[in-house]
Amino acid sequence: MRGQPSLCDVLTPRSLDEALSLRAACPEARPLAGGTDLMVPFAAGRLPDRLFLNLWGLEELRGITVSEDEVTLGALTLFREVAAHPLLQREFPNLVRSAKVTGALAIQSRGSLGGNIANGSPAADTPPSLLAYGADLELSSLRGARWVPYAGFHTGYKCSLLASDELITRIRLSRSREGGFHYFRKVGTRQAQAIAKVSLAAWGRVAGGRLQELRLALGSVAPMPIRATGTEGILLGQPVTELPFEAAHQALQADISPIDDLRSSARFRRRVAGNLLLEMLRGLGPA
Amino acid sequence: MSSPKILLKLTVNGESRQALVHPMARLLDVIREDLGLTGTKEGCGEGECGACSVILDGSLVNACLIPAIQVQGASLRTVEGLAGTDLSPLQEAFLHHGGAQCGFCTPGMLVAGTHLLEMEAVHDEAGAREGLAGNLCRCTGYVKIVDALLAAGEGRP
Repeated sequence: MRGQPSLCDVLTPRSLDEALSLRAACPEARPLAGGTDLMVPFAAGRLPDRLFLNLWGLEELRGITVSEDEVTLGALTLFREVAAHPLLQREFPNLVRSAKVTGALAIQSRGSLGGNIANGSPAADTPPSLLAYGADLELSSLRGARWVPYAGFHTGYKCSLLASDELITRIRLSRSREGGFHYFRKVGTRQAQAIAKVSLAAWGRVAGGRLQELRLALGSVAPMPIRATGTEGILLGQPVTELPFEAAHQALQADISPIDDLRSSARFRRRVAGNLLLEMLRGLGPA
Repeated sequence: MSSPKILLKLTVNGESRQALVHPMARLLDVIREDLGLTGTKEGCGEGECGACSVILDGSLVNACLIPAIQVQGASLRTVEGLAGTDLSPLQEAFLHHGGAQCGFCTPGMLVAGTHLLEMEAVHDEAGAREGLAGNLCRCTGYVKIVDALLAAGEGRP
């Protein structure tokens, strides 16, 4: 290991209030949840941070709460907890499937939704599902808490709306998905452990033979997880028997901006993203 | 400049243990170097291979990805804790089916397999393979490891 634990210190708050006080007083302290992302560059000596804010023990950030209209997940909700939750399995299958393809069991026992979001990887598995379900995020600081749409939270590669004194505290999903359709597919070198080359999550609703609602989100094809709003615009309101496949495919190519990297090429990603879109759209047409 | 160390108190394989460690020391290094339990292996050091699998408060985790500060007061089981006077049924099954070749992945496989059996998550070959998906083996091709896990799950040799 080339990381240097001997040079690092950790602040461990006992409550969320104390965590927010420490966050305000020591903005240089890097928030640390389950560690599944941060410990990799840390151990390799690639993380510049020397002070950490340990959130792992904060009970206020745990738990899944279900009301008539909403499901609220604490930021420290683990992938394993998402995968095992019966209501999420029924109503938010994309989120469950994306949690189950995040690493493998040992990663799912430590990795959290809030950590996944805060880490800001464009290849993260759960963000496209959260975008497709129109999730909102609660960002908290000593100044108070604010809810923001998750779409728009990531402003660039590893950049976000999160202020230096804020923590992501909760994730909220609106229920009422009856009659909707769900699509999620991650393309990687294997099912477990592999980081996505491309992933696509969609949620929508067909009414009166037309596509009345659609949220389409992708991973690994832009500097951050994105909504494909141009593609959504082409498809919304169209009859499902005559969906404009070609125009939607072209719009998707304009929505995404993949790069060549060690896992894949931009060309492959464009092609696969298009194929996933077409697979999803074919699933909507007449059987 | 060195950061202050913490006195880490853990239950390890049923015994109370203590170690004076840096808070960001990896649990893997604490186990191997401070506790002297070298059965837990370092493969990739980045959560990909599962060679450092341990059971922490009932959850299967990669010890390479956990900082010491997050295991204060925890209960830890390593491969050294699997056998009692006799080998565990899973260990016996690994012997019977030839589930180990070079042996480097074996501690992680045994720990992950033990966890799956205790969670009653091994019902068929697909379940066994999915459960072990985070543990890489470069020798066996997995067939004999999966055979051993299924056998232990069915209570046969």
